Amino acid sequence: MDLKCKGAEFNIDVAIVGAGHAGCEAALACSRLGLETVVFTVSVDSIALMPCNPNIGGSSKGHLVRELDALGGEMGKNIDKTFIQSKMLNTSKGPAVHSLRAQADKRDYSGSMRKVLEAQDHLTIKQAEVCELLWEEMPEDGRTGSYEKFVTGVKTQTGTVYHAKAVVLCTGVYLNSRCLTGESITYTGPNGLQAATHLSDSLRNAGVELRRFKTGTPARMDGKTIDFSKMEEQKGDEVIVPFSFSTDAATIQKEQVSCWLTHTNKNTHDIIRANLDRSPIYAGIIEGTGPRYCPSIEDKVVKFSEKESHQVFIEPEGLYTDEMYVDGMSSSLPEDVQLAMYRTVPGLENCKIVRNAYAIEYDCINAKCLYPHLEFKKIKGLFAGGQFNGSSGYEEAAAQGFVAGVNAAMEILGKEFLVLKRSESYIGVLIDDLVTKDNREPYRMMTSRAEYRLLLRQDNADLRLRKYGHRVGLVSDEVYEGVLEKRRLIDEEIERLKGIMLGASGDVCSYLESLGSSPLGTATSLAQLLCRPELDYDKLAPLDPDRPSLSKDVTEQVQIEIRYEGYIKRQEKQVREQERLEVKLIPDTIDYDDVPSLRIEARQHLKEFRPVSVGQASRISGVSPADISVLLVYLEKMNRQQD
Amino acid sequence: MSDFSNTTIAAISTALSESGIGIIRISGPDAVLICSEICEDKDGGKVLDRMEAGQFRHCFVADGTEILDECIVLLYRAPHSYTGEDTVEIQCHGGIFLLKKVLALVIKRGAEMAAPGEFTRRAFLNGKMDLAQAEAVMDVISSRSESALRASRDQMSGRISEIIRGLRARILYETAYIESAIDDPEHYDLEGYDLHISEIVKQLKEDIKKLIISYDSGRNVKEGISTCIAGRPNSGKSSLLNLLTGVDRAIVSDIPGTTRDTIEEYVRLDDMLLRLTDTAGIRSTDDPIETIGTKKALDAASGADLVLFMIDASEYLDNDDLEIFTSIYDKKVIVILNKADKDIKISPADIYEHFRYCSDVKMAGMSQEDFLSKYPCIVMSVSEGQGLDELKSVISELFIGGKVQSSSDVVITGLRHKELLSSAYESLSNVLECIESGMETDIYTVDLMDAYRSLGQIIGEEVGDDLADEIFSKFCMGK
Repeated sequence: MDLKCKGAEFNIDVAIVGAGHAGCEAALACSRLGLETVVFTVSVDSIALMPCNPNIGGSSKGHLVRELDALGGEMGKNIDKTFIQSKMLNTSKGPAVHSLRAQADKRDYSGSMRKVLEAQDHLTIKQAEVCELLWEEMPEDGRTGSYEKFVTGVKTQTGTVYHAKAVVLCTGVYLNSRCLTGESITYTGPNGLQAATHLSDSLRNAGVELRRFKTGTPARMDGKTIDFSKMEEQKGDEVIVPFSFSTDAATIQKEQVSCWLTHTNKNTHDIIRANLDRSPIYAGIIEGTGPRYCPSIEDKVVKFSEKESHQVFIEPEGLYTDEMYVDGMSSSLPEDVQLAMYRTVPGLENCKIVRNAYAIEYDCINAKCLYPHLEFKKIKGLFAGGQFNGSSGYEEAAAQGFVAGVNAAMEILGKEFLVLKRSESYIGVLIDDLVTKDNREPYRMMTSRAEYRLLLRQDNADLRLRKYGHRVGLVSDEVYEGVLEKRRLIDEEIERLKGIMLGASGDVCSYLESLGSSPLGTATSLAQLLCRPELDYDKLAPLDPDRPSLSKDVTEQVQIEIRYEGYIKRQEKQVREQERLEVKLIPDTIDYDDVPSLRIEARQHLKEFRPVSVGQASRISGVSPADISVLLVYLEKMNRQQD
Repeated sequence: MSDFSNTTIAAISTALSESGIGIIRISGPDAVLICSEICEDKDGGKVLDRMEAGQFRHCFVADGTEILDECIVLLYRAPHSYTGEDTVEIQCHGGIFLLKKVLALVIKRGAEMAAPGEFTRRAFLNGKMDLAQAEAVMDVISSRSESALRASRDQMSGRISEIIRGLRARILYETAYIESAIDDPEHYDLEGYDLHISEIVKQLKEDIKKLIISYDSGRNVKEGISTCIAGRPNSGKSSLLNLLTGVDRAIVSDIPGTTRDTIEEYVRLDDMLLRLTDTAGIRSTDDPIETIGTKKALDAASGADLVLFMIDASEYLDNDDLEIFTSIYDKKVIVILNKADKDIKISPADIYEHFRYCSDVKMAGMSQEDFLSKYPCIVMSVSEGQGLDELKSVISELFIGGKVQSSSDVVITGLRHKELLSSAYESLSNVLECIESGMETDIYTVDLMDAYRSLGQIIGEEVGDDLADEIFSKFCMGK
């Protein structure tokens, strides 16, 4: 009997490569849908690690977390459990841009997410480096659409094979990563963690094109060496609003920690300028493309040379440590320059650096090779999410990881893919931008990227997206019915307020005047009064004695939908117009060489992208409205021939 | 681009030329509604309300109480029309100006200007065309829209695009600032910003208003350069008009003051169209009828872009000539020394000597050569047709050489452009309204970007990633 092992083999449904923010959401989605799932990580201690900023949310990213939560994701719930400060941003700038941001206790965040994963049925956590993607050529007779290959599983560094029906790549910044601090280069992932050095070659063998991106992080200081008396205190909100629609706000009100504001000055900038030649970016050592929205301090000083000072926020890394994050001063300058530069900042004169700032370079893909459901166009069963797709940020990663995971499951279960529209979610905008546009830097979500943002508010993410979470099976019937009921109550209340007319009686007028609002001239509806900026739903109570008892989240929607009705309707009209192109699907089988009158440039772009709909085609740069007309004619012709 | 949809579109469907009949076509869900408001019978009743599909009726197209034209209106019901949608066609009289007025009215009532080829696009998308036809038409459409684009680019050589770009850059900068403040609230704040943006928007509105107003003068360039024939009575003005048009349009006689009113004629000269106005002879007179004519003549001359100044060269120059020149010297002027068939008493040198003191010192100091190149002098005998070729070549050189500019230096010419400018103007008005009614910043960025988009359509630029690029290049963001 041969007792010698040949290497273990397992049969599973889905392999998730990476356990960062994308990987966690993908793993949870698949396993919650009943699929046998293994999530691989180079270090179990780095599950849901926050290697850069210690917060979740912020402008437009807060929207992503809310949307993810409405769909059945975990990030919102996890930050609600582990935050140490919370703030609603932009409260004076209009309801669509209100955005929640919370400082996290990093260790708690990571540990809490790990517990969720551990407690999840059908989910196995495995510490191993995935070195090889296993795949086969599509048989000639079984080929449909653009697929050339299909995945069969993954192999780890020990040679163990996991046969899987789908693989989700969530490798973050770990592929062939190297970290740079001035002249010093280490071939590691973030925080000195092990890089994944084998998978890139295997992916290239499978025909996946890779490129290099870079990003960076500032130094961490020993809080005991910082003089906070020279800084401005930044406190959290008095009333804390949760991220998750399922978190009861009353349960999370707590003592919060502060952040601190200080500024760079001329001395800081002089030191940076004098040492630019030692920056790996300016010296040309870094070839990766960095993000413009998240510039290093040396970038800021060079690009915005007219600014004499930049803001710096000192943020706690958690309650478990004195370490502080120096928001606003990421850098890849050498250690000695870093220390000199940080020490010019008021309050940091005697600072000690615990961890140096560094830039990190890594392999990622141009997500143009993915379908909007985040599957590779040429490799069936291979999905991707997160920074590997060329994005940046924990929230962007989590949102994509969720969608990639859900769609891996949908494919296995033979169900309809989850593809969110630009007009109904930031997640839709994020993914559409990633898979359609030519992104030359890590992509960050911004409110300005959402053309219909008045419709995509963080306050109505549940109303927008619960139905999709329910459809894929990650939102329970009970929760979904709750949202339907909420929608009904909102609509009824809006109708009611529009129907109640107030006459210009003395009582009404004097009450309005007491609130600094002008008296009525003619009969006016309660809905019209609600449009006055100085009034709100609660203030109208004395004029509306018969109002039903409604929860705050219902009356909030009523107020927003009435007050901004004109603008909301305008955006809805634009959405309907664009929608007609979005629903015109382009069949996989289309041969663009067959389309007459298409300009050569457009033909090339269309062949490369293979857009799924005419709407997506219309957003590809280099494809003109005239080309779209040509395409429409051709599709019409194809349809008729089929009839 | 917009697909065929719930919008109603309108356009002039016949060639833009001086013809007997012109057709305005309106297609879309609101076509009948819009037209029923403006097509009346002689008692002011709504003609369309009594019509069935496939019928036509006589009607008056009216804007409130003002009747624009007497027309024939035809009604088509979906799907039995060219586009497959409800369609109304209004057959008007063929003047370009009139057609545009009717079109402008339809647009005012809620229709949108049709993009090039849009009727056809709707037609095939609604399944109204067979396949071979659709393909053939598509080729035309794509080339037509390209040439339309090229035409609009050529037309707006330099200045206008530059001005529109300037307006857009100002809007984009402010929007990017707002977006930076929204995306990175800790680095940029909007304290007191409402006041700042109000001032900028007011200025933008004024600048756009100027362009909108220029539309009417811009029309001249496209619909014929407004050209005025001026001169003393009996200097041969009407004869010149007749010579150029080849028709005995004006009454010509030897009795001074025969032409009592202004007469308009279109003359095609190479590639350019002249809108010629013959005027009553200008002279001091006590005859009341002639005085009215003279005043009109001076008005016409002052509104014109090009003045053909007729001088009877068989007589000496007098104060009337000087007075006429004084009122037109700031225009493009071609001086015609007429009646070369007779005994000539004036030469170009006399013109220089006589007129150079007419206004300011600057002109008095001008050399004869400079003066005559600014005010070219042609010797003609209009009655014998002599000198016509030279006149044509001087005019056409002025046109083709681009020396003739319309009254204001920057003009817009297309109704589409005017409509887009008006819509940008309206969006900016919304910004101010928003601020006044206490709406938040984020809300009026919608209007700012609408204005930006409208202006962009004029110069064929889409929004794309402009905003993100502007944010990154002008504002220093976060971490």
